[in-house]
Amino acid sequence: MATLAPIATAPVERLHETWEARPGLYGILGTVDHKTIGKRYLVTALIFLVLGGIEALVMRVQLTHSDTHLLSPDAYNQLFSMHGITMIFWYASPILSGFSNYIWPLMLGSRDMAYPRVNALSYWTFLASGIFIYTALAIGQAPNDGWFGYAPMSLRAYNPGLNMDFYALGLLFLTVSTTVGAINFIGTVMKMRAPGMSLNRLPIFVYGTMTVSFSVLFSLPALTAASVFLFFERRFGMHFFDAAQGGSPLLWQHLFWILGHPWVYIIVLPAMGMVSEMIPTFSRRPLVGYPYVALSTIATGLIGFGVWVHHMFATGLPAVSMSFFSGASFLITIPSAIAVFAWIATMWLGRPVWRTPMLFCAGFVVLFVIGGVSGVVTAAVPFDWQVTDTYFVVAHIHYVLIGINVFPVIGAFYYWIPKMTGRMMNETLGKWNFWTMFIGFNLGFFPMHIAGLLGMPRRVYTYPASSGWDTVNLITTIGAFVFAVGVLLFVINFFVSRRSGAFAGSNPWDAGTLEWSMESPPPPYNFAVIPIIRSRLPLWEGQLGDDTPGLVPGEGPSHITEGAVLAEGRETFGTSPLEAEPLHVLHMPEDSLFPFLLAVAMLATAYGLVFSAWWLAILGGLGMLACLVGWLWPRHLVTGERA
Amino acid sequence: MTTTAYDRTIPLGVHEGRAPGWWAMVWTIATEAALFAFLLFSFFYLGSQSRSPWPPSGPLALKLSLPNTIILILSSIAYAWGERGIRAGDRARLRLGLAIAFILGLIFIIIQGIEWSNQPFGARDGAFGSLFYTITGFHGAHVVVGLLMNILVQIWAARGTFTRESHLAVTNAGMYWHFVDVVWLFVFASLYISPRLG
Amino acid sequence: MTRAPRTAASVGLAAVTCGLAACGPLNVLSRDGVTGSSETSLGWFLVIVACAVVLIVAVLVLAAWARSRGRRTRDDAVFAGSPGLPWITWGGIIIPAIVLVAAFLFTIGTLNAVAAPQRAPAATIQVIGHQWWWEVRYEGAGPSQGVVTANEIHVPIGEPVRLELSTNDVIHSFWVPELAGKRDLIPGQTNTTWIEARHAGVFGGTCGEYCGAQHAHMQIRVIADPPGRFQQWLIDQRAPAAPGTDPNTVDGQHVFMTSGCANCHTIRGTGAGGAVGPDLTHIASRTTIAAGTLPNTQANLMGWIVGAQAIKPGSDMPSIPVPARELQSLAAYLETLR
Repeated sequence: MATLAPIATAPVERLHETWEARPGLYGILGTVDHKTIGKRYLVTALIFLVLGGIEALVMRVQLTHSDTHLLSPDAYNQLFSMHGITMIFWYASPILSGFSNYIWPLMLGSRDMAYPRVNALSYWTFLASGIFIYTALAIGQAPNDGWFGYAPMSLRAYNPGLNMDFYALGLLFLTVSTTVGAINFIGTVMKMRAPGMSLNRLPIFVYGTMTVSFSVLFSLPALTAASVFLFFERRFGMHFFDAAQGGSPLLWQHLFWILGHPWVYIIVLPAMGMVSEMIPTFSRRPLVGYPYVALSTIATGLIGFGVWVHHMFATGLPAVSMSFFSGASFLITIPSAIAVFAWIATMWLGRPVWRTPMLFCAGFVVLFVIGGVSGVVTAAVPFDWQVTDTYFVVAHIHYVLIGINVFPVIGAFYYWIPKMTGRMMNETLGKWNFWTMFIGFNLGFFPMHIAGLLGMPRRVYTYPASSGWDTVNLITTIGAFVFAVGVLLFVINFFVSRRSGAFAGSNPWDAGTLEWSMESPPPPYNFAVIPIIRSRLPLWEGQLGDDTPGLVPGEGPSHITEGAVLAEGRETFGTSPLEAEPLHVLHMPEDSLFPFLLAVAMLATAYGLVFSAWWLAILGGLGMLACLVGWLWPRHLVTGERA
Repeated sequence: MTTTAYDRTIPLGVHEGRAPGWWAMVWTIATEAALFAFLLFSFFYLGSQSRSPWPPSGPLALKLSLPNTIILILSSIAYAWGERGIRAGDRARLRLGLAIAFILGLIFIIIQGIEWSNQPFGARDGAFGSLFYTITGFHGAHVVVGLLMNILVQIWAARGTFTRESHLAVTNAGMYWHFVDVVWLFVFASLYISPRLG
Repeated sequence: MTRAPRTAASVGLAAVTCGLAACGPLNVLSRDGVTGSSETSLGWFLVIVACAVVLIVAVLVLAAWARSRGRRTRDDAVFAGSPGLPWITWGGIIIPAIVLVAAFLFTIGTLNAVAAPQRAPAATIQVIGHQWWWEVRYEGAGPSQGVVTANEIHVPIGEPVRLELSTNDVIHSFWVPELAGKRDLIPGQTNTTWIEARHAGVFGGTCGEYCGAQHAHMQIRVIADPPGRFQQWLIDQRAPAAPGTDPNTVDGQHVFMTSGCANCHTIRGTGAGGAVGPDLTHIASRTTIAAGTLPNTQANLMGWIVGAQAIKPGSDMPSIPVPARELQSLAAYLETLR
């Protein structure tokens, strides 16, 4: 018989000592604590957001008036390319990985992610790849063929510098981070939940990140193949994309968009999941239509694999093929509509409290719908022929990217920073933050729909005075700067709250999910005792009683203040994938320098390849091998029985 | 102390169900499989668009590649045989199986190298050549990684690391090796066989 | 902070911007060409539906806020609430499905309608994209019958014209919004599209796919003429350059031949046969130069010759240091090439 200890008797000092990172440089470079890794992801991704934002503001200055020549075409082309690449790859996905990394074990009732050292690796490679690609900008040879890198302009004949070599290698480097991160999330959700947290009781945020982790595994390799082809063609004279030698520019487009389209869901579904956590908390009731929202998340991920050709409607494909992809692009609206109405219904049928996170959620709903319908407009092939590659699409992508990623992210910061730091963010400043961002964003990006309908193409460094586009561009520039002020207010609020924010306590929002059960910030071991979960909203069982969703009659309530201690070293439960039955006690790895060193070795290899310093590439390769062998070398095996 | 309890003893370490580390290898294989799927997709796409004969110098020779395929299949069988051994606690059988699998895998690489040097076309000779060398090269790199894993597992086996209950590294390296074998079957079918079929 | 001002501002912004939508030369919402107007009808339908959906959602969110303000008690306790499934089934599934099916059927209908013209095309024009200009060739009975020009297409009103789109460098996209949607020019394949102008006019277009440094300066014009004028234009364009009689013109031709221009440009009827840049046989008949970057005036022509890299940096046209007097006669000569 196993017994459960009450939380008061848990050996917290021993747990603290066991789970704390090692002191000094070893701890800094070698920690595998998911909370530290999560915070690093968040800060680093925010830095990339600011870099990408600065790139955008410089472009906006150039585009405010017609016939401006502040920037040379080459400089402008590097800027718009780096803006897209930075935002889409080095900000939008990593920021969500940051939240997922930090919150998942706390929300799932576990002491860590499934693969803590892999977790550290995913961060270090994210950072290293970001350093690598920004080296390109530092030396004035940043990628200059857009974030989408179409061939043949990416090939050496039209692009002789190192720009597109950085592009290919930088993306390959980042895919390592994203892929191992995805494997970590999948392993965690399969094996590392608190006993009793069946699929029916998983938070929607977990569904979001889980879905996109599968998407990553099956879509990112398309970009890997494309990037390898690009690098080989540029560097070794092979032929994949040049038509004269049997290649095809459309091969690049297919491979790129087979990744590219699922990628846009990868960068929004977890954010939608975060909204699905926040809206119920601030509506003071459970989410309307939880099973529908969970299924719609998965459905969006799946259908997202079947729409990529809608980026290629103007390339001269057969009408039958385009019709199919057009239909699928219309279809994918439905799961999103389900989610949108679930959120609206929760607000309508709830008793909403309009704190700052809720403002961001409400704004998000409106922006989501605007972005979504402009997407539906582009799904219509013949009309897409008019608006594709114009500012109409720029408007669409920013409504979906800023609306469905940035707004939820900022709201999520307001929501979860109290848990991470123990201090509330300032509410007044928060409201100013929201309105500045909301007004600035709409002022900046709504006119782009008009600019596009007036015929303004994308990716132009200037435009003629006779076009009539001056007014919309002026409004857009003003809006962009107002929006930037809003982002600045967020940063200010963050620093202000670090110093003088009110103390948060464990559950300042009176929310229902498990991450609000322990103190803020959480101790290194997360849970003094591993809880047993019996509903979707364990912390609301007291208030909702038998109406708590996810309860099974006869099973009783969740146990949060008593549970298994698991304090013989770094231990947590391994559970079954569907019902989360506890199967084994897992011994988790200690801190390790190998993830950091492996990332350094990969960086050396990348620099060696891009600068054709073959000695460095080989040295880096050998370093990678050594790190992998060291990492995998078995420490010891523990067998025995524990209760 | 309360008396609410788990209804059975929960063991330390992984003894039933699949270990997290096992799943890590499964999903790694899944994403690598997707990579090869996209490489082969590229092969078929460019082949379908090609205005000149595909392959340009006629179908690829089976003289070396077919026996080589069999060699790789045999090496998977050897590995599986060895793995069965450790599942019954037979360390000697494990080590023998690993060694045979390694040697056969090494032979595969050598024969592949010979085949490469005998090809009438190079990697720069058009899209077919580029794809042939890239795809078989990627596969070969995966074989090399599998061989390195095999060596590590052999070293650890020699040091008595593995038992009947605990040999996850053997299983994982084995899964990877079988995956590499299956990928070769697809590569072989696509590059060598499919152009011969009409 | 009330939301009403915010909603009013959004509506106001939408109204103003919709007003702006009516103007502008490259205006997708105006309808002239046959395919253009089909596409635009579809566009109007979608835009109107889109605006309606946004308005409904915004009102719902606003109303949810308003209701929460109206509540007497500020009871923040958690409660179960009603399941709310009709919101999901109606708002999330049934109504969107109906609207989307309608939009999809409209899309397929339009796609079929614009797939091919009703009658056989009156002309087939080859458009070859270059970094950063458009080579235009009309099929003729033989090599000397063909028309070769650049950055300008003439078409007869009321007749469909087929365009064969190709390129030998990077991907471009042919886009004249008032006449038709985009069609890419992709190396290794020839894409076909068709246009039909219903009224006389000059229809501006631009490259619709990022193609490098001067993608921003790669415009094209389609000029729709009554059939008689169109035929005359063809005849004029087919003719080689008439030899000049005026001494200034002869001088200018000499400058042309000795300044390296003939290395890149062709003037049929002279010895100039370069194939890198646009055919200049009838340059004076065109309305713009440098792919729409500048109106075709003598002053602009001179500025372009000596300062191309300042006007269109990165283009293949170098800035040629022709001394002022030679420049004058060169420009005068080019003016005779109508």
